[in-house]
Formats: sequence, structure tokens, C-alpha cells
Amino acid sequence: MTMLAVDVEKQLGGFSLVARFETAGGVTALFGPSGSGKTTLANMIAGLIAPDRGRIALDDNVLFDSATRIDVPAHRRRIGYVFQEGRLFPHLTVAANLDYGRRMCGLARDPVETERIVALLDIGHLLGRRPGKLSGGERQRVAVGRALLMRPRLLLLDEPLASLDAARKREILPYLQRLRDETHVPMIYVSHHAPELKRIATSAVLLDGGRVAAAGGLEVLDAATAELT
Amino acid sequence: MPELSPDEWIAIHLSLKIAIVATVVALPFGLAVAWLLARKNFWGKALLDGLVHLPLVLPPVVTGYLLLISFGRRGPIGAFLAEHFGIVFSFRWTGAALACGVMGFPLLVRPIRLAIEAIDRRLEDAAATLGADRPRVFLTVTLPLALPGLIAGMVLCFAKALGEFGATITFVSNIPGETQTISAAIYTFTQIPGGDLAAGRLVLVAIVISLAALVVAEWLARRAGTRFHGE
Repeated sequence: MTMLAVDVEKQLGGFSLVARFETAGGVTALFGPSGSGKTTLANMIAGLIAPDRGRIALDDNVLFDSATRIDVPAHRRRIGYVFQEGRLFPHLTVAANLDYGRRMCGLARDPVETERIVALLDIGHLLGRRPGKLSGGERQRVAVGRALLMRPRLLLLDEPLASLDAARKREILPYLQRLRDETHVPMIYVSHHAPELKRIATSAVLLDGGRVAAAGGLEVLDAATAELT
Repeated sequence: MPELSPDEWIAIHLSLKIAIVATVVALPFGLAVAWLLARKNFWGKALLDGLVHLPLVLPPVVTGYLLLISFGRRGPIGAFLAEHFGIVFSFRWTGAALACGVMGFPLLVRPIRLAIEAIDRRLEDAAATLGADRPRVFLTVTLPLALPGLIAGMVLCFAKALGEFGATITFVSNIPGETQTISAAIYTFTQIPGGDLAAGRLVLVAIVISLAALVVAEWLARRAGTRFHGE
């Protein structure tokens, strides 16, 4: 079971983020209102921004530690990241987008795995297209596939459904559930939408105003939702 | 159209050679400077920006003269390069290429810089999370996305190099077969009695080459553009 341990501090202008939590595999919901520091935290785990102080470790592998001055660069962390806006490469076809992580990580070609992910996400008919020709839902499915095909040790999903309408959300959620059940990649799922999280997450961390307000099972989501309404 | 004389062919060949060499050699420098100006903040950035644009605003004769006193046989840089690397610029076609490259440099840098500035840097972050280190992010994301700007810059630089006159003639003079380009040859023909016909022929050639360059550039830019939007 992959264990992510985060204990970080970061000052961004007037906003301070002080967060400490641990996860143990499965899908961990990172839940909280906008501006609570969810994306900042995800970016620190991915290595896109550095904490001011603290430590981030994945199992025995220290990714960041201010005390021993360790800061593994993003490209060597092997953490898949699905961004809110997909961020597919516009100059590459869907197939080349999917293959990008494998090429950059220097992994051997694995047609069986590629085919499995492509089938799981139902994107086989899109392989020859460019991202500009995809719908929002298709784009996010390709983005998930691209992150998975680099064989990540951890998958970060930052509001992957936020840019989609309700119908598209309903269309993609089953794919994410299959992902959770059929692959064994641990996930951090960032969202401010509790119903979406309850359908996919197995544990939850509640973030509020840059602090961890609660952590535990899905009951955290219920308590937080009750408080907000 | 009457036949072109051997001397005229030599001038055409020389012009093309000088313009191509100037553009190709200037490209890596132009790319590096464009990237620095687009992405980095450093001491002296405004100075570098000004220096790059200087040939655009200075009278070409001044640029040519500055090249002569620095890259000429007795100039500090020229003497150094001649002594250590055997590269001689003064009164050679290589000097003409240097003058053309310097004159075209601001036109080369500007579109590349704008193209790099327009790139969504979040795509580069995405590439990093997928395992690409800095050089590979540049080669696989930044450079392909800046390609239309790169083509535009090269075309402008090539066109400028092809038509350059003032800096070239000041720096390396007007020697048939060595530094006499189409522009310089036209100028020479207009200065001698009865040279109008020869000048006219070269004027036609200059128009044809310029139009062809524009058509090729347009086609390349379209291809690069449709790659992002089409199938």
C-alpha cells in the first residue's frame, strides 16, 4: 500500500498554508472551498512549487525535505497529474500525447497496457486526432490516460471534472471509478464538490483556509457538507 | 527576357549564398536571445534588448562601419578570429554574411520572442510532471509551439539579408565575385552609362526571388498553423 506523508508550510503573499496529513493507498479526497489551498498542495506534491519548510515522502522515498535540503525535481517524481484544464499538447495527436510520458520516462513500449488504458477510458477512436478537435469530456479522458501511461506511483487529479457540465461529469465518473477498481495506482482527488468525491474517494482530507480541518474516512465529507449548508 | 550574363549569375548565386548562410548561422543565436528575453530576468536585459534592436534604428552605414572597426583585419575581434581560427571577414563573402546576419538579427529575434511569450507555460509544467527534464521540455514542447514564430523570423531575416546594401558595402565593399550581391550589382549598373538593361534584369530577378520566398514562407506558416488545429 503506497503511503503519502505530507507535512508542509508555504507562505504565498497573505495566504499561509500549513498542512499535515497521511494517506494510505486508495483514493484520497482533498476537499475544501475554493482558495483553501488544495491546488497549491497538489502542486507541491507534484514538485511544481517548493514548500518553504517541511517534508513530503512517498513510502520510503523522500521527495522534499527542507531539513536535509532534498527537492526531487518534478520530472523525476513519477507522479501523474491530471489538470483541471487537461493541458494536452496541442501540437501532438492524442496517440502522441498518450505516449509522451512513456517516452520521457524512458519506459519500454507496452502495447498491452496501452490498449488496456485506451479501452478503459474508451478513447480508441480519438487516437489520430489533435486535442483541438476533442470535446471537454474526451480531453479529460485523454489527460487521465496520458498520466496513467507514464506508470505513476501516485496520480493527482485536480478538479478533473470542474470544467465540464453535469452531463459530461456523469459520463466521466464511471471511468474514474473503473480506474480506482481496476488499476492499483493510489490517487489524490482534489475537488470542492462533495457528491462527486463520495462516489470515488475512499478517504478524505478536509482543507479550510490553508489548514487541515479534518482527515479520515468519507464521514469527513458529510460533516463538512453539513457545516457548509 | 534577355539572357543573364555570367557576372549577373554570380551575383545572384552570391546573394542567395550570403542570405542563406546569414540566416542559418544567426538562427541559434537568435533563438537563444529570444528565449532569454522572453523568459529570463537578468541584469542588463534592457541593454541586450537595445543592442539587438540597434541595427534596426542605426543608419546601415554606421552598422557597417562598426563592423569594419571591430571585425576588420585590424579590428580586435577580426584580428583575434583570423589569428586563432583562420576566419577572415574583411572583403570576403563571409563578411557580407556577417553584415547581413547582424542587420537581420532584430527581425529574426522579435517573432521568435513573441511566439515563446505566447506559449502557455502550464503546458511545460505538464511536460515536467510527465518526466521531461528542462532541455527535453524545450525540445518537445516549447520549440514546436514556437515554430510559426521561428519560420516568420527566418523569413524576415532572409529577406533583409537578401536586400541588405548599406552595411555590406561599407564593411566589405563591392567586389564582383566576392562581395557583390544583387543589390550592389544593381547599384553599380545604375552608375555606369548603358547599364540600365542589366540593372533591369537584376531588378526582375530580385522581385522573383522575394516573391518566391514569401510564397514558401506563407506555405510553411500555414502548415505549422494547421498542425495545431486540424486533424
